[in-house]
Amino acid sequence: MSERIPAQNLTGDFRSRAAEALADGQLRSNFRVAMDSLMQKRADAFADEQEREGLRELGNHIKARALSRLPDLLEQLEAKLTDNGVQVHWAETTEEANRIVHRIIEQRKGSQVVKGKSMVSEEMEMNDYLAARNIECLESDMGEYIVQLDGEKPSHIIMPAIHKNRFQVARLFHDKLGVDETDDVNELIQIGRRALRQKFLEADVGVSGVNFAIAETGTLLLVENEGNGRMSTTAPPVHIAVTGIEKVVENLRDVVPLLSLLTRSALGQPITTYVNMISGPRQPGELDGPEEVHLVLLDNGRSSAFADAQLRQTLNCIRCGACMNHCPVYTRVGGHTYGEVYPGPIGKIVTPHMVGLHKVPDHPSASSLCGACGEVCPVKIPIPELLQRLRQENVVAPGQSRVKDGGAKFSRSERAVWWGWALLNRSPRLYRWFLWAATRLRKLTPRQLGPWTENHAPPMPAARSLHDLVRDHNKQGGRT
Amino acid sequence: MSARDRILNKLRAGLNGTRPRPDDFDEALVTRPWQYSAQERVTRLRSLMEAVHTEVHPVTMADWPVKVQELLATRNVGNLLYAPETAHGRQLARHWQAVTAGPTLLAYDRPAEDWKDQLFWQVEASLTGTAGGIAATGSLVLWPDRHEPRLMSLLPPLHIALLRASEIRDNLYELMQEQGWASEMPTNLLLVSGPSKTADIEQVLAYGAHGPKELVVLILEDA
Ligand code: SF4
Repeated sequence: MSERIPAQNLTGDFRSRAAEALADGQLRSNFRVAMDSLMQKRADAFADEQEREGLRELGNHIKARALSRLPDLLEQLEAKLTDNGVQVHWAETTEEANRIVHRIIEQRKGSQVVKGKSMVSEEMEMNDYLAARNIECLESDMGEYIVQLDGEKPSHIIMPAIHKNRFQVARLFHDKLGVDETDDVNELIQIGRRALRQKFLEADVGVSGVNFAIAETGTLLLVENEGNGRMSTTAPPVHIAVTGIEKVVENLRDVVPLLSLLTRSALGQPITTYVNMISGPRQPGELDGPEEVHLVLLDNGRSSAFADAQLRQTLNCIRCGACMNHCPVYTRVGGHTYGEVYPGPIGKIVTPHMVGLHKVPDHPSASSLCGACGEVCPVKIPIPELLQRLRQENVVAPGQSRVKDGGAKFSRSERAVWWGWALLNRSPRLYRWFLWAATRLRKLTPRQLGPWTENHAPPMPAARSLHDLVRDHNKQGGRT
Repeated sequence: MSARDRILNKLRAGLNGTRPRPDDFDEALVTRPWQYSAQERVTRLRSLMEAVHTEVHPVTMADWPVKVQELLATRNVGNLLYAPETAHGRQLARHWQAVTAGPTLLAYDRPAEDWKDQLFWQVEASLTGTAGGIAATGSLVLWPDRHEPRLMSLLPPLHIALLRASEIRDNLYELMQEQGWASEMPTNLLLVSGPSKTADIEQVLAYGAHGPKELVVLILEDA
C-alpha cells in the first residue's frame, strides 16, 4: 500500500491554506451544502427546545461526573473488561499505542487489518505506521475508504469525504479500482461494498474506535450506520478497539441520554442504524465473533488537559461534529485547512494538548467567537470560553503556560505596548498629556497597520477629545 | 512505572482536593418525552422504521412462515439462513418441510470459519428473532447467542426479523431496566434500526453499504 500523500492544502500554515480554500469555489459549495443540511437535520431532530436543553444538561452532568472520578472509572473498566475476557492496554503516546497494536497483530502473524471508523487511530496515524511494517490497514467506512484511496485525510470527523462530490469519487474509483466511471451514488456504494466485503472476509484483525466505554458492565459501545463497524468487530478473529481515556462513563444507563444526544446532534437521526455493544470475545460454543478482544486506552495529551479544571471540560466531547457543522469559519475554509486530525471548534480546543500550542498557534484565533459551537454542543462544552483561554495561553511568557508548548505568540514589544497603555490609564497627568498629543498630532498616525488596514480604513484620533467636548458642553449650560 | 500507573497518577494529581460529583441522573428526562399507549407503540415503531426503508408486516403466530415464504418468492431469493435450535427456527423448518418446494434452508450450525466464503458471498437472506423493540427510536433489540450468532443479521442482503408486539417498549431506558441489562450483558448486544446505509457521498442516502440492503420486520400480533 502506498504511503498517504497529502493531496491538497496540507503544506503551509493555517492562513495560507485558508486563503487557498476560500478561493476554491467547488470546495466551498461542497461544504456549504453539506453543513446547511446537517444543521437543518439537527434542528428538526431537536424540535422541542425544553426537551433538548434538559437532555444537554444531563449529558453535561454525566460527563462531568465521569471526569470527576476518571481514574477510578478507568480502573473499574479495566477490571470489568478483564473479567469479561477482554485484554486492556494503556498507552501514553501514539507511538506506544501503535507499538501495542503492532505487537498484537504480529502475535497472530497477521498481515491484513480492516478498520472501522476511528478518529483515535487517525491521531495515531496507524495506517502509515502499519504500512511501513508491511501490514495493510484498510479503512472500511465508505467515507474513510474514499479518502484513503485518494491519499488524503478526513475533512470532517463524521463525514470524512464531505469535501468531495460524486464526480470526484467516480473518477477516483475509475482510476484506482479500474471500474467504469459512474456518477450514480448507489452504484458507487455497491462498488465499495464488493471491494470491502472480500477484505472483511480475509482480514486477520479488525480495528475500531469506541463511542462510550461503560465501566459498570465492561462494555464498548459503538454507533454507526453502515455496518462496517460491526463487520470489523465481528468477522476477523481479533478485534482491537482503540480509544481515548476520556470515553469512559460510569453506568450503562448513562449512555441512554448520551446516545440520543450524539446521533441527533451529529446526523439528526433519532438513533443510528446500529448500536453495537461489545462486552467480550467469543464464548465457548458460540459460532462467530472474535476470539480475542483488546482495548487500547490512549492518553496523548488528555491527562494534561485534565490537569486544569477549566481545560478539562474539553474531555466532555462525544465527537458529534455539531460544533463544526455550525461554525462559520469551518464551513468556509473546510476541514483540511486546520492541518490536523480534528478540525473545527473541537479541533481548536483539543489539538493543542496533543501536538502543543506552538504547532497550531493560529487555531484559537481562527474564530469569530460567535458562540454557535458552544450553543449546539450536546455536552455543553463552553468552547468560546476555552478558545479565549487558549488565546491567553498563546501569549504568556514561555514556560509560564499551563498548555503544552504555550506562549508561542509571546512578544516583548506587544507586552511593552500593553504595559505602557496600562500606565497611561493609571496616571491622570500622563493621560492628559497623551490626549493633548494625540489630538494635535493625529495626522501622524501610520497609514499601514498590519492586516487591519488590508480591509479597514486606518484609524485616526478625532481633532478634539471627549473630555474637551464635555467641558464645552458644560460651559454652555449642559443643555443639548 | 508503567504507562498505566503514570496516566492514573497524573489524573489523580489533577483531582487533588476535589470531590466526585453527585449522581443526579434524572430518569424523567429520558422517559417522559417517550411514552405511548400499546397501540401507539406499534404504529410509532412501524412509521419510524418505514421512514428508514424498512418493510414492516403484521403477522400471526400461526402464519408467519407463509409470509416469509412469500417475501422470498417475490424477491426470487434462492436460500435462507436460519437458526435451527430456536423455537422460531423449528417452526420455520416444519413449514418448509410441509411445503417441500421453496428456497434452500441453510442452518447456522457450525463455526463461521468453516464456511466463511459461503456466508459472506452466497447467503441471500436470513431470519432471526429479536429480544424486543423500542418505540421511541424505531429499533429492534438483537441478543445474538450460540444458537443465533452475530453474523446472521449482518451478512445477508436481506434480513427478516420477528418481533412480538408485546415485547415493544416505550424507550431504551425502560427496556434496559426491565430486562436487567446492567447485570448480565451478553458478549454482543445490538440495536438495529433499519437496513445498513451510508450518506458518505454528497450526503445522498444509499442502502446496503456493508450490511443488509433490506430489512423486513414481521410483527407478531400477540398483544
Ligand atoms: S465539542 Fe461538543 S459539539 Fe463539538 S464534537 Fe465535541 S461534543 Fe460535539
